[in-house]
Amino acid sequence: FDTSAPETVDPSSVPQPKDDFQEELVIRPLHSGDIYASFQFRTVWETDFMRGNKVSHYRLFPKSLGQVISKFSVRELHISFTQGYWRTMQWGQPFQPSPPGAELWVWFQDSAECKVYAAGCVDGTWKELTNVLSGIFCASLNFIDSTNTVQPSASFKPLGIGNETDHRFLRYATLPREIVCTENLTPWKKLLPCGSKAGLAVLLKSEKLFHSSFHSQAVHIRPVCQDWQCKTTSWELRQTLNVVFDLHNSAQGKREWSLFKMFSRTLTEACPLASSSKIYIDITDNPQGEQFEVSPATPLLSQAVVLGDRRTFSVYDLTQQITFGTVRSLNLLIRWKSSEGDMLRPLLHAERYVAGYGLQTGEIHTLMYNNHPYRSFPVLLLDSVPWYLRLYIHTLTVTSKGKDNKPSYIHYQPSKDRLRPHLLEMLVQLPPNSVTEVTVQFERALLKWTEYTPDPNHGFYVGSSVISSLVPSIVAMDTNSTRERPLFSSFFPCKEESSYFVRVYTEPLLVNLPTPDFSMPYNVICLTCTVVAVGYGSLYNLLTRSFQIEEPSPGLAKRIANIIRKMRGVPPL
Amino acid sequence: IYLFTYFFFLLLYIAFMLFIVFDNAGQFFSSGHTNNWAVLVCTSRFWFNYRHVANTLSVYRSVKRLGIPDSHIVLMLADDMACNHRNPKPATVFSHKNMELNVYGDDVEVDYRGYEVTVENFLRVLTGRLPPSTPRSKRLLSDDRSNILIYLTGHGGNGFLKFQDSEEISNVELADAFEQMWQKRRYNELLFIIDTCQGASMYERFYSPNLMALASSQVGEDSLSHQPDLAIGVHLMDRYTFYLLEFLEDIHPASKTNMNDLFKVCPKSQCVSTPGHRTDLFLRDPGSVLITDFFGSVRKVEITMETINLTDPINPVNGELQIRKYSYVDQLPVSEIIHQKPKQKDWHPPDGFILGLWTLILLVFFKLYGMKHLKHIF
Repeated sequence: FDTSAPETVDPSSVPQPKDDFQEELVIRPLHSGDIYASFQFRTVWETDFMRGNKVSHYRLFPKSLGQVISKFSVRELHISFTQGYWRTMQWGQPFQPSPPGAELWVWFQDSAECKVYAAGCVDGTWKELTNVLSGIFCASLNFIDSTNTVQPSASFKPLGIGNETDHRFLRYATLPREIVCTENLTPWKKLLPCGSKAGLAVLLKSEKLFHSSFHSQAVHIRPVCQDWQCKTTSWELRQTLNVVFDLHNSAQGKREWSLFKMFSRTLTEACPLASSSKIYIDITDNPQGEQFEVSPATPLLSQAVVLGDRRTFSVYDLTQQITFGTVRSLNLLIRWKSSEGDMLRPLLHAERYVAGYGLQTGEIHTLMYNNHPYRSFPVLLLDSVPWYLRLYIHTLTVTSKGKDNKPSYIHYQPSKDRLRPHLLEMLVQLPPNSVTEVTVQFERALLKWTEYTPDPNHGFYVGSSVISSLVPSIVAMDTNSTRERPLFSSFFPCKEESSYFVRVYTEPLLVNLPTPDFSMPYNVICLTCTVVAVGYGSLYNLLTRSFQIEEPSPGLAKRIANIIRKMRGVPPL
Repeated sequence: IYLFTYFFFLLLYIAFMLFIVFDNAGQFFSSGHTNNWAVLVCTSRFWFNYRHVANTLSVYRSVKRLGIPDSHIVLMLADDMACNHRNPKPATVFSHKNMELNVYGDDVEVDYRGYEVTVENFLRVLTGRLPPSTPRSKRLLSDDRSNILIYLTGHGGNGFLKFQDSEEISNVELADAFEQMWQKRRYNELLFIIDTCQGASMYERFYSPNLMALASSQVGEDSLSHQPDLAIGVHLMDRYTFYLLEFLEDIHPASKTNMNDLFKVCPKSQCVSTPGHRTDLFLRDPGSVLITDFFGSVRKVEITMETINLTDPINPVNGELQIRKYSYVDQLPVSEIIHQKPKQKDWHPPDGFILGLWTLILLVFFKLYGMKHLKHIF
């Protein structure tokens, strides 16, 4: 048969897509014996989705996300799926915070087709975007509609580069009830250039990942600076996966962790498409190796300033064949020798709970703790409460150390029944070493019977509060954003040296609304018996009751006298 | 004479080979379908209905193994059992006790889950009447040459199937939905399998052509569950689907077993209930219908030797470099937030304006028509 060679295209005429893929895994042993593993996969692509001609040649960047960006004029997209709640006091701060359930926030572009004045345009695009994302990630994101979408006025500033921040282009929504399982992990893994076949992604096995205390997977898309001059932008896609393995569930109580124990897999090679593939193990609390021992030993050490602290890491470079040793596989082992030492106390953490009793009213309490001994710092609290909890904003109180603490900025948007939720944003200054309590009373609404979920007695969820803050840092932060840094330290952009940005999420609330009794037999019996008793009973009485005159009964003495008379045979009185 | 016999046998041999070749080609095109779809629905919520999710996932697993890709499967699970907090082994759903077979696997895509599994969504998927923003993975994009497998499981009764403990679909609705599909030519042949109590009642109202139906029990009988697992604490599978899974595990993409073998799955001795089937609406003889016609997937591969010229890729035009410098946005600009201009509120007339307006109108009225009317007001 004909074996003519295919036509070769001149390589100089085809512009090579300048994209780059990096992967890293950070393992941080926690003081409670658990272990925190954070995967980050970053693809940077120098292209422009917003220009007129369509992008058609995709290499490392996934096509499904590229089409989403260009079709919906997205400037930034952040979506996360989380199972479990991050315990800040026991585990410290995560590298990428996320609330339980699903969270989606998007900044749209001011495009020619969608001017901001046509307010419905951004809403229409948002609705279509959530439907498309629900198909991509196999999640029920189509439940995001106007009843749980808010437009924050000061929180959630863009994480990428940009010059204008008009908050009319921002949309934020959470689904606290969203379940995360293998069907969400499967499409997430398929977005990676190497899939789950090579590199660090081979460790992502669902049976181990979901048997953990905390599991969060996220996709972040934003424009970043290409170089230090920052005249042109590239698109960055970060896929992050944070997981905390429990000491008793996964390690059977023994303080000895290894890659095989955590993920039931070992590493054999780096992803061939990756320009860098590294594992970092946090050994800051172990400077002389007296707390735990890491094997195989590595000579590479690196220091990075992350979350306000300078941490030291042992680095394993998977692109070097020597890392795998003679057995051609890498199974890191971390064995504890002693269990003293305490961890760095997190400076900011928050709690939230519902107080009150009964099914009519309640009170939401949000507590924010500032653990710094002498510095105070501002926090921005964002609360989005569904419409069926009617907040009484006149009962809003903010107290610190027993005294009233007036917020310097409040933005409140009341809810409209079945249309939009409450939005409360406040900028509060937290005094040093204190607890600030925000309370607001609410009343529970009675829903229409078709609006109840199939399991209404489970309760209804209220999404987590978001607390964004600039926390004073212990060491000077690195503000030079273009130096080569590990991925985990370059997530939040840093503008000043003395503080770092942190976002803390509180617990979601579960409230019971007054629920009608949906059990049919009870209702039918009650109704039928009532109808029978009232209807038939009255009819029967009407037809058969006859009135007779009756003499009033005599007193006791007369009755006794009558009895004696009867015995005597004499007629009664 | 040797030459003559040699030629004779050669001719016979060629005729025999040609016969086989034509017979295989005939088989290739005999069923008339070019693509396969599957709609697998589990309609029960709550942890104690674990077995219904396991039923659906085992059929999903068989159908995927025999070749139908995820893009052609619409999987609807009304509750999440794998990552349920009561599951002692998260991310797994087992079908055999002692946790032998994990039907959930590592590569599963659930299209409709949780509260999305409703009667309305199920009927919309079947009839194709979905809102325009529905993604492709949630649509049944079948045409008139598609063979569709529909599997339902859950709690049911005489003439209905319960969805999520809050609504039900009746056999009349289901028959009408299939008639809509027939009139829109959305299927070539359809196989309907149902595993619920009194399942046979669900197919007695069908009236569209080319439908074959199987049920796990007759009207008046209950479908029973197979075996509990003491570690998980619930029943893992229903009997009918358990034996159906066992039967399907022996099928491979090239096997020639036909529908008559499927009708024999789970006799009364194993199932306690009597499985039923209905083939009167089906045009072909069930003996000639292969299992893989519905559970497997047709892959039409055409080998070509010709070269195809690809067009040049579109070259993105490098625009002129922007003069202005970009920078990262300040994440918490405190001073900017405090001095933010308040949002444009809707304009309301000033306080008391409406009251003053009405007072003015009343005064003018009484001035014109005299004060005597005032007493009618007060």
